[in-house]
Amino acid sequence: MSYFRAENLSLHFGGLKAVDSVSFAVEKSEILSIIGPNGAGKSSIFNLISRIYPPTSGKIFFEDQDITQQPSYDIAKLGIARTFQNIELFENASVLANLLVGRHRHSTTQLWQELLFLPSVRAGEKAHRRRVEQVIEFLDLEPYRDKLISGLPYGVRKVIELARALCSEPKLILLDEPSSGLNVEETDDMSFWIRDLRSDLGITVLMVEHDMTLVNRVSDRVIALNYGRVLAMGSPSEVQQHPDVVAAYLGA
Amino acid sequence: MRFLFKTDYEDDIKLFPHSGYLYSYGLLIAVLLVAPYVLSSYLMSQLVFVCIYATVGVGLLILTGFTGQASLGHAAFLAIGAYTAAYLQQFNVPFPVYFLAAGLLTGIVGALVGFPALRLQGIYLVIATISFALIVEEIMARWESVTHGNEGMRVKTMQLLGTTVPRDGPTFYYLCLAVLVLTIVGTLNLLRSPTGRAFVAIRDSETAARSMGINVALYKVKSFAISAAITGFAGVLFAHKLSFISPEMFTLQLSIEFIIVILIGGTFSLHGAVLGAIFLVMIDPFLTYLKDDMPGIIAGVAATLGAGKERAGHIQDAVAAFASANGLKGAIYGVIIVLFVLFEPLGLYGRWLKIKLFFQLFPLYKRATFKRQKIYVKSERNR
Repeated sequence: MSYFRAENLSLHFGGLKAVDSVSFAVEKSEILSIIGPNGAGKSSIFNLISRIYPPTSGKIFFEDQDITQQPSYDIAKLGIARTFQNIELFENASVLANLLVGRHRHSTTQLWQELLFLPSVRAGEKAHRRRVEQVIEFLDLEPYRDKLISGLPYGVRKVIELARALCSEPKLILLDEPSSGLNVEETDDMSFWIRDLRSDLGITVLMVEHDMTLVNRVSDRVIALNYGRVLAMGSPSEVQQHPDVVAAYLGA
Repeated sequence: MRFLFKTDYEDDIKLFPHSGYLYSYGLLIAVLLVAPYVLSSYLMSQLVFVCIYATVGVGLLILTGFTGQASLGHAAFLAIGAYTAAYLQQFNVPFPVYFLAAGLLTGIVGALVGFPALRLQGIYLVIATISFALIVEEIMARWESVTHGNEGMRVKTMQLLGTTVPRDGPTFYYLCLAVLVLTIVGTLNLLRSPTGRAFVAIRDSETAARSMGINVALYKVKSFAISAAITGFAGVLFAHKLSFISPEMFTLQLSIEFIIVILIGGTFSLHGAVLGAIFLVMIDPFLTYLKDDMPGIIAGVAATLGAGKERAGHIQDAVAAFASANGLKGAIYGVIIVLFVLFEPLGLYGRWLKIKLFFQLFPLYKRATFKRQKIYVKSERNR
């Protein structure tokens, strides 16, 4: 059985088939990229997995458990974290607060304990902080700890979003266009980090990406989508040479 | 300029970032403790109202400022707290019991209001909370067996630990102050723990909060319940302070006053609730002053400028008529809100921070430091 599996996943908005019976599997510790032209349904698949949209039909399995009907907040508790294409950070909070929210699924304290800030809460906070600090170190975010998100440049925000996802200690991470809006150097950094995610932290990566250099550099396998359907699946070079993929991009 | 060197994770957790805070807040508490022996009884009474309004302000800040759910129904929560106290008093229930019961009951009602509010956002949530407040107002007027309807209810003088606590004595003031301080400390504790961060996360991006494992519905209900419970506690004190309660005290105007408290104080910090409460409580005597003295002053000015005695008399009458016009207070509140939203969106506390920074950085202060900026367009698709 695969680590993560989508079976005949569909998402229809009226007559529009944003995702049309897509099936794929992700193996443990694999980096799988989804590519495709704009509107191909890539982000929609992510939104289906993180249960922002309920699928029209189909099933999603994670670690042999059917998660199709889980409420969206439970997805993170299972160990699936994600980033967003258009950055969904908590704008008016500090970087630290943002990252600590990533620790939410690990918090065990009750409301009344928090009101009194009992020693257990204090100890929990310090433990969370220690984990956050490791992520900060991993992604070189030390200069930004106490800064508000609203004053930070786009490239840094992108990294902070990745950091927030990592703070939840996920088993599977969904990266929605990690390099969009980044310059060449930042994209290079990102590709190193994505490979480190797997090699150092053992996290399985599923990512949507347009930058083919990044895709080629980090992916084990690639899925090409168009009009909500799978065009090709395989190694990066195989998929790029697939006649249907070439046609979808170049319109030949 | 002070630079903080953090050497321990504790440095980010503790309530007072450096010793300066300890001294200034210690001094403030000391001043507040000796206040009853120094200030006139009128000012003491005003100070009690500041404490009560600030407590409500803190409650409202949790919901509106930190969870991002606007409410124009907090007068109703205050009413539920007040009426619970007045009702239970009839059965000789001791103060600590009905105080806690009022908070608990209001908290439960708050949670119940939170459920339908889960699917509402922005202006629609405001409308829903207004409707809730109107329903409660109507219930208070009609449920005569419990609330005595429009006749209102008398609230007996508080009995605490066998002693009588008159509503204008120092003990009552200390009690209100203690409730305010405990509320603030509890709220600060909440804000530095997972629940408080979840509230802020929901305020800034529900989608992201959800994908980080936050049960948005649960936390919104929690926020409503906590906010309402705090307002309920304040309601008990409010009832005792006024010693008489009736439905027309808990109207939409009172809810708007609470919104003014946090909007003018500043919605991003608990300081705002206290500053806003001071502002609101002090504006009333100012308006009375305007009403009583302004006509005479303006007429005097007109007379010295050469207007005849008769003209001056006409002017005095006109100004007096204007100053005592119905709804003038509401209009002034409206103007104040608009002016603050336009020119001082961070409120009085924001202004205080700006002044502080000005002196810290003098002469290098840049006006743009606090400028509101919105550079990146945020996606609204995943609401």
